[in-house]
Order: sequence, then C-alpha cells, then structure tokens
Amino acid sequence: MIHVENLTKHYKDICAVDQINFDIHKGEILGLLGPNGAGKTTTLRMLTGFLRPTAGNIRVKDFTIEENPLEIKKLLGYLPESAPLYHDMIVYDYLDFVANIREIDRNEKLKRIKYLADLCGLNDVMHQPIGELSKGFKQRVGLAHAMMSDPEILVLDEPTSGLDPNQIIEIREIIKRIGKEKTVILSTHILSEVEAACDRVVIIKQGKIIADGSMETLKQSVNRKNRINILLLNSDYESVKKELGSIAGVEEVQMETNNEGVLQASVICRSSADLRGDIYRKIKETEWILIELYQETQTLENIFRELTTEN
Amino acid sequence: MRQVVHIFSKEFKGYFVTPIAYIVISIFLIVTGWFFFSTFFLFNQASLRNFFDLLPLTFSFIVPAVTMRLFSEELNVGSYEILLTLPVTYRDVILGKFTAAVAFVAAMLAPTLAYPICISFLGKLDWGPVAGGYIGAIFLGASYAAVGLLASSLTRNQIIAFIIGTAICISLTLIDKMLFFLPRTLLPFLEYLGADFHFQNISKGIIDSRDLLYFLSVIFISLYGAHLAMQEKN
Repeated sequence: MIHVENLTKHYKDICAVDQINFDIHKGEILGLLGPNGAGKTTTLRMLTGFLRPTAGNIRVKDFTIEENPLEIKKLLGYLPESAPLYHDMIVYDYLDFVANIREIDRNEKLKRIKYLADLCGLNDVMHQPIGELSKGFKQRVGLAHAMMSDPEILVLDEPTSGLDPNQIIEIREIIKRIGKEKTVILSTHILSEVEAACDRVVIIKQGKIIADGSMETLKQSVNRKNRINILLLNSDYESVKKELGSIAGVEEVQMETNNEGVLQASVICRSSADLRGDIYRKIKETEWILIELYQETQTLENIFRELTTEN
Repeated sequence: MRQVVHIFSKEFKGYFVTPIAYIVISIFLIVTGWFFFSTFFLFNQASLRNFFDLLPLTFSFIVPAVTMRLFSEELNVGSYEILLTLPVTYRDVILGKFTAAVAFVAAMLAPTLAYPICISFLGKLDWGPVAGGYIGAIFLGASYAAVGLLASSLTRNQIIAFIIGTAICISLTLIDKMLFFLPRTLLPFLEYLGADFHFQNISKGIIDSRDLLYFLSVIFISLYGAHLAMQEKN
C-alpha cells in the first residue's frame, strides 16, 4: 500500500530523517514510536506531502509523491499534531469547507458531516468557533476532518494527546474499528496506546529506524533474561540463595530487601524459559511461606527504553 | 479550478466573521470621505478627481492590512499544514486567497459609489472618468493585494507582513514623485514603475493596454513570488 524507500530529510544542517525504509500493507495499523525529536512528525509530514523529502521515494499505491502529490493527498486523511485548525471558523462551517475541498457530493455532504459529528461526539459544539473549544474537542474536530472523505489511509499524529481517559478509549475504539478496513499510521509517545491499538510498531531514534515488527517479534528481539520476583516469609537469604540457585536454568538469585521477616528476592533465569513452576515446587519442599511470585513481563515500555537509551 | 472557488469562498467569508473587515471598511470610508468632501465644495467641480487622486495612498495602507493575515495567520496557527495536506495545489491556494482579497477590496469600494450618485444630482458629472476610475481602482487594489499576499507569505508575523506590504505599496505609489534628483535618462523608466502614474491615466477615463499590462505584471510577479515562497517552505 505504502512503500517508503531511503527517505531522508535535512533541515539546513540537521538531519531529521535519515534514509528510512518501510512498507505498510493494507489494513495494517502501524504505530510510529520514538523519543522527542526522533523524526516522527517529519516522516508523517513527508508522507502526507506537506514537506518535500531531501532524498528518497514515497509510493502510495501506484502514485509517487514527486509526480502525483494530489492523487496521494486524495487517498490520505491527515490529523496533524495538536490539530491546528482555523480558529475563527465555526465547527460546522469548517467541516463543510473540508467536505467541499474533498469534493464530496452535495447530497452526501450533510449526511457525512452528521455521521462524523456523531462518531466524534461533536454534536454539542457544531456551532461554536473552533478557537473557543477545549483541546480535546479540537482534537475531535481534527479527527472528523481527517476522516471526511472516508480515506483509504489515515495518518494521525498523536491523535489522543490532550484527551481525557474516556475519550482516549473512545478514540482508540474508533481507530481499531477503522483499522479493520483501512490503513492507519499513528505516531505517539504513549506506549500503552500502541500496545492497545497497533498491529505493528516502528521505533525511530534520531531519524533512523531501530526496530520494526509486531509486538511479539519486538518482545523476542530484545534479549532480556526473565526475572521472577518472589516474596517469602519465614526464610533467610542464605538458604534461599542456595536452594533456588540449585534449580537448573537459574543464573543468579538477588536479594532486594529484607525487613520484618519478609524477604524479597529476584531469580534471574539464564534463558527466557519459564521457571516459575520449578521455583514453586522447590519452595513447597521447604518451610518457607510463599506470599508472592510473579514474572516480570516484557512491556513495550521496557523494550522502548532499552532500544532508545542504549548507544 | 473548483478548489479555487472553495478557498475563495472560505477566505471571503472569513473576512466578515471577524470584526476586522468592518473596522477596515469603516476606516477606509471615513478617511477617503473626509479628504474628498473637505475640499470638494472649494473646487466647485462635479468630479471625483480628488477622490481618485488620493486612492493610491490610502490603498497603500488599507490593502496590506486586508491581506496581512492571508498566509501569516495560517503559518502562525499551523493551519497551513492542514490546508496543504488537503488535495489542493499551491496555485489553488494562492488564487483563492488573492481573489478573496480582491473581492474584499471591491466590497470596500462599493459604498463609495454613493459619491458619484450624490454628485450627479449637484452638477453635470462626466461618467467616463468615474467608470475609468473604478476600473483602475480595482486593478490598483488587485495589484496591492498581490503585493500584500506576497508579503504575508514571507513571514508568520502579521505585523511584519503589514509593514513589508505597506513599504512596497508606498514605494510603488510615490516612486514617480521623487524623481527631481535623478538623472533625466532614468525618468521614463522610473515613471513607468509607478503605480500612481498608471492609475491616474486610467482614472482620466483612458483605458490604455500599457497601463493594464503594468498592473497585470505587478499581480503576476507578486503571485509568482508568493508561489516561490510557498515552495521554499517545504
């Protein structure tokens, strides 16, 4: 659907995006992640034809951004970062303007605007100037703007910023619903959002792609040893270390804290094998009282931190 | 071309949803009306000569004030990004905004049609120069609007856009009036550059293709400059 090849953008002497390559397939929800200033917004701006790449190619379906920018713009719906809309315009007038520019049929137009107003919860603010709306409502107007022409590809730059938790869930639901038939690219720095909504994650750092894949592959790619935390009563560190250290596959037993008879220890496994059962069985043989046992899960947060902070 | 119409109607309506339009129109009518009628009865002539004599100077201030927001505001708020990611070309955007500004200038001139109508009751008014004057005023307003549009596309600050626009428009107005210290060989050339010179020709009632060509060139060069400025931004 979208093919990006060696995409590069220089701002004067700063290199914002450095030769990135990726493909996006139809019906995929792609999350673009990265620290501030990584080049997420620049990438999306080039994709939507707002900025011209310094080098490289973007192809959407059979169109290239160099030769058919207008055709690509017709296929795309774009919500820029923080939804910069016309402040003097009334919401309805604005949506009407977008519908006109998008060449929506006169008879369809009102229906479409109504549908989007329902979808994005705009019915109460249709006759207010956009400048007077709260940030969350502006964001919703921006979303309605992006979906006006029922585009095949939806590009959303931080779609949920400034929204309250209920709205975030609503917008996520909308994105998921749209993502069943359409291609969605969203950039965000909220990791849980990516986990909740995206099929695939691309992590960018300093203009380069440092990870690209589904959540599962990303979790596997980061070679982290499993860590099992336990809380024990009626035990002492020395014997815990000796007993648990004898289990096959355990690399190390670390003691975290030991107060009021509660011993907190973590067992670090040599591989990513699950040793929880073995540890439980071992503890059962002793007099120790087990009050907690859990394996640290590989969250996207961990992966993100690991990938973006290492040199 | 349909996109130009949509952008035009959005921009033109945009003038009238904020108070700016009404303020600018009021100031224009007060200033021109005052200067015109304060001397009108002294001359004791049924003509609009004085009104048209002053128009290039008042337009130099008023028209850049009308056009200063066209691009600067969008660049400042960021809606420029939204506009350009809609399926429109630079040309659509520039022509839409330009025609909206020209239509606004025309709307501003429309109430002054009351002057010739009133005067025609007072004495025998020659309608030729009046028609020429209004046609010239539209061309002059369109040229200054194009200059103002160019100024607006250069900066995100509306005040700077206004100052740049006014500076260029005043130069075009006054250039042929400051020729006494320049060598004689340069005179015809510099005179040709003056907007006032061409406007006064038309407002005498003589519509000469050279004068129209001058205004069309100013419009074309300015709009092309705005096009380059837009290209430069990406």
